[in-house]
Amino acid sequence: MNSTVIRGKVLKFGDNINTDIISPPQYMELSIAEAAKYAMGGVDPEFSSRVLQGDIMVAGVNFGSGSSRETSPLTLRHLGVAAIVAKFFARIFYRNAINIGLPVVESHDADRIRENDVIEIDFERGRIANTTTGEEYECSAIPSHILELIRDGGLVPYLKKHAAELLKG
Amino acid sequence: MGKTISEKILARAAGVPETSAGEILWVNVDKAMMDDLLGPRVEIAEQMKALRDAVWDKRKVVIISDHYTPAATAKQAGIVKFTRDWAQEHGIENYYELEGPCHQVMVEHGHVLPGQVVLGTDSHTCMGGALGAFASGVGSTEMLGILLTGKTWLKVPETMQVRWDGALPAGVMAKDMALRTIGKIGNAGATYKSVEFTGSAIAALSLDQRMAITNMAVEMGAKAGLMAPDQKVVDYLNQQKVTSGYSPVFSDPDAAYCASYEFDVGELSPLVACPHEVDNVAEVENVKGTEIQQAYVGSCTGGRFEDLAAAARVLKDRKIARGVRLLVSAASRSIYRRALAEGILEILLDAGAVILPPTCGACVGLHSGVLAEGETCISSTNRNFIGRMGSKGATVYLGSPMTVAASAIAGHIADPRPFLQEAARS
Repeated sequence: MNSTVIRGKVLKFGDNINTDIISPPQYMELSIAEAAKYAMGGVDPEFSSRVLQGDIMVAGVNFGSGSSRETSPLTLRHLGVAAIVAKFFARIFYRNAINIGLPVVESHDADRIRENDVIEIDFERGRIANTTTGEEYECSAIPSHILELIRDGGLVPYLKKHAAELLKG
Repeated sequence: MGKTISEKILARAAGVPETSAGEILWVNVDKAMMDDLLGPRVEIAEQMKALRDAVWDKRKVVIISDHYTPAATAKQAGIVKFTRDWAQEHGIENYYELEGPCHQVMVEHGHVLPGQVVLGTDSHTCMGGALGAFASGVGSTEMLGILLTGKTWLKVPETMQVRWDGALPAGVMAKDMALRTIGKIGNAGATYKSVEFTGSAIAALSLDQRMAITNMAVEMGAKAGLMAPDQKVVDYLNQQKVTSGYSPVFSDPDAAYCASYEFDVGELSPLVACPHEVDNVAEVENVKGTEIQQAYVGSCTGGRFEDLAAAARVLKDRKIARGVRLLVSAASRSIYRRALAEGILEILLDAGAVILPPTCGACVGLHSGVLAEGETCISSTNRNFIGRMGSKGATVYLGSPMTVAASAIAGHIADPRPFLQEAARS
């Protein structure tokens, strides 16, 4: 992610997309690339073959509830998901997504966005433009220091970049 | 204004005189726990090597192989081997394998103490809150940062108070209290918040039972689930020969709560969480008769000594139904040993149960009792999501160990109370 605005086609889901749906536990012994083939298997077995690089997932309440498994955001990122919009996220998933460099924003208007709409998310301003319908929605903004971490590719690249100050002692 | 347990613990951990909900603090972590499923694993280990391949404090890191043990496949065995080797190479003396699910091993070995900040790579780390610790789950990358620095940033959460008073009726357990609470608050009703459990009915519970409640705080989305570290906690730690090195913290009487709920345990009857969400709670009465093929008593939520003993009270001198598999996995080796010594395992075996090693296997559908498509299981564990215990075409009901035992006898979901009354008469 290079700019503070991204644009992509929407893949739409409902409420409570939990980590057992995103990353079925029986495939967790596989590598991220292999496990990604089974992502979202609980509700959408074709997900890994229909998702395209740059697509944006939009869902209802409580996205990512359940396990602390980072496999969930990692497999979605691996498949090309560029961002996730939900009404709100489960706490651990939210932190995991940021830490691996996958931008996630909360919007009360997520219901107004439909499958295959093309939307543009401005992370800095906290706005979503629906270029298919012409509507515009508010979403949570991402603070600049967190955006920097996401732009670096996540916490690890960020730590590497700032190793001198963060890892002393 | 008074402070909550969470505010007091996080202030101490951040080295500030006081803090309030909403502030973001860099806190020092007292214990960092990793399991085999989300612990060192290759990707994380490689990334750490590139930064600085040493943990900040070996004594404060605990690694527990519990999900893939005993391994069912060569791949699982490879993951456990990697975890074991990594722990050894990094000088981690607190390494456990085949001892039981990590949260139980943590509390049994004195790794969770009142007033501490305990973070682990498993969402049910919040169980440690039963000992008055601020315990919470984190992801692997966040853990990597903690391993290197001993610190992480946390937003001080608002606290929700859940008060339980009254006397627990026969046939009703702490698991039913947990399900009632989650059913009321909802599967995301406590997202980002701490939940503080209080009241005479909580005080009356043993630690075994209290942990069934704090374990499931994350099923409401909570960051932590806390209870006051009273004399029972001190006694529990004394049993493990932990007699010093901690300072209990209590909420002030005028602490600020963002919401309060009150429940009367005397009005409670056995409950189940129906597929496929933990807050989809119903009275057993309303779903009785639902056929089951598997019944499971085990895990960090429902496999402690009192859970096994409660199941045995229902199963004594009875047989499970034909066509039902009753699997039992103690939450640790020491629980297994005690249940063996006190004749509990014999009662369970006589009834037709199969005793498994202490492991996370069946609960999370990795091995040792995975469900086939079209099968239904009733389980004393903590999640009933689609695909949780095996096939995504299987269904899981969550209930207390007594409800699981009664259902195994009946062959369908059943109320344990009639079985207990019969046992009392005979």
